[in-house]
Amino acid sequence: MTTYSAYSNTGSKILYKDKKRWFWLLSSIFPLQAIAGIYGHHITGNQLWLLLPLIFIYILAPLLDFILEEDTNNPPEEVTLLLNSDSYYRILTYIAVPMHFIGLIAAAWWISTNQLDWWGYLSLSIVAGNISGLGINTGHELGHKKGKFEKNLAKLVLAVPFYGHFTIDHNQGHHREVATPMDGSSSRMGESFYAFVCREIPAAITRSFGTENIRLQRRKQDFLCFDNQILQSYVISTILQGSIIVIFGLKIIPFLFIHNIFAWLQLSSANYIEHYGLLRQKDELDHYERCKPHHSWNSNHVFSNLVLFHLQRHSDHHTHPTRRYQSLRNYDDLPSLPNGYLGCYLIAYIPWLWFYIMDKKLLKLSHINGDLRKINIHPAKKLTLMNKYQQT
Amino acid sequence: MNKLTAKHQCPECLYIYDAKIGDEYEGYDPGTLFEDLPNDFSCPDCSVRFKIDFIELSSI
Repeated sequence: MTTYSAYSNTGSKILYKDKKRWFWLLSSIFPLQAIAGIYGHHITGNQLWLLLPLIFIYILAPLLDFILEEDTNNPPEEVTLLLNSDSYYRILTYIAVPMHFIGLIAAAWWISTNQLDWWGYLSLSIVAGNISGLGINTGHELGHKKGKFEKNLAKLVLAVPFYGHFTIDHNQGHHREVATPMDGSSSRMGESFYAFVCREIPAAITRSFGTENIRLQRRKQDFLCFDNQILQSYVISTILQGSIIVIFGLKIIPFLFIHNIFAWLQLSSANYIEHYGLLRQKDELDHYERCKPHHSWNSNHVFSNLVLFHLQRHSDHHTHPTRRYQSLRNYDDLPSLPNGYLGCYLIAYIPWLWFYIMDKKLLKLSHINGDLRKINIHPAKKLTLMNKYQQT
Repeated sequence: MNKLTAKHQCPECLYIYDAKIGDEYEGYDPGTLFEDLPNDFSCPDCSVRFKIDFIELSSI
């Protein structure tokens, strides 16, 4: 295993080995889970195997996160540069990109060449969508990087679920406005997952189109041009999904529709839980304070971090957006989720349960200390919550 | 210092805005002074530092 060595300010030598080094491969191969289900169906003839990836994501992964000890370890700051420049880690993100294409095409092929029951068709479509949702996560990691190559890979992988506007909306919109009422991708206290989805998805499209339009206007170009980063990705999506329809026939259209919707819902699920209710305060000049570690919910649960390129160390990601996944750090006393993201998605899908668990956690945070004025509240629920917690 | 040769750096991700070069991708022509960038200018790479946060390199 690679040992990184550096010297501290005091001159002492620091040696570091990344114990998770080989486990990060999980993030690259996790998208192949659809193929595991298909293979099981192929071998046994039993369509129940197609449910395997759903069981894996929604039962086994949260269970593993619950059982395994949380990982709060950080690489020493002194070796961060070495860790960032180790090409092994970035190659894993590159490998993940074709996996998403393979997953989608394999699922489309299996659906079109087998007479599946309605529930087999539906579950394979959802599985494919979930995997492409993971693809948005891969696109997230790549889209934050500075080089053109990684930015282009992000465009490519985001094209799989037709979500090419993500990088622009996320980097230049969400990261600027996070944990404020202006941000369509920051959920509010009292806002259900379903209300959030209806607000977030259209807001991401309009914000990204507006942002890209401003850039193109500066370049004296029309919105409809080859340099439009969003349209470039949409063109790849059209070619990919159009080819799938041409090759596998019209009956694949419902599959693609369900796939796209569930991929988008995966992203919305992550966005919903990442900043729920958290609010940046304004200074005397009415400017929002800089995003701080306590403006994101985090999770140090091992398994889900290993399959999501460390996305759950979210505070550090917002503090240092271009920092690579292997170097993301844990801080003390961060807002912490009760399980990994995958388990928390399940809770989020049951609004009363989410509110029951998370509203209490939110109010207990040390920087909030029960004060609703320090929380990003869903306007429609403001009065109800004020009355509930007896605040005026 | 000549404003056209001034370079300004993002303190978070170390992106450098060089007025002589501008930023073609962002649509800032060569010769666009840092002072003339829009007030809501944010770092093109990390987006979390703004015009006011940038450090003029000669002043370091």
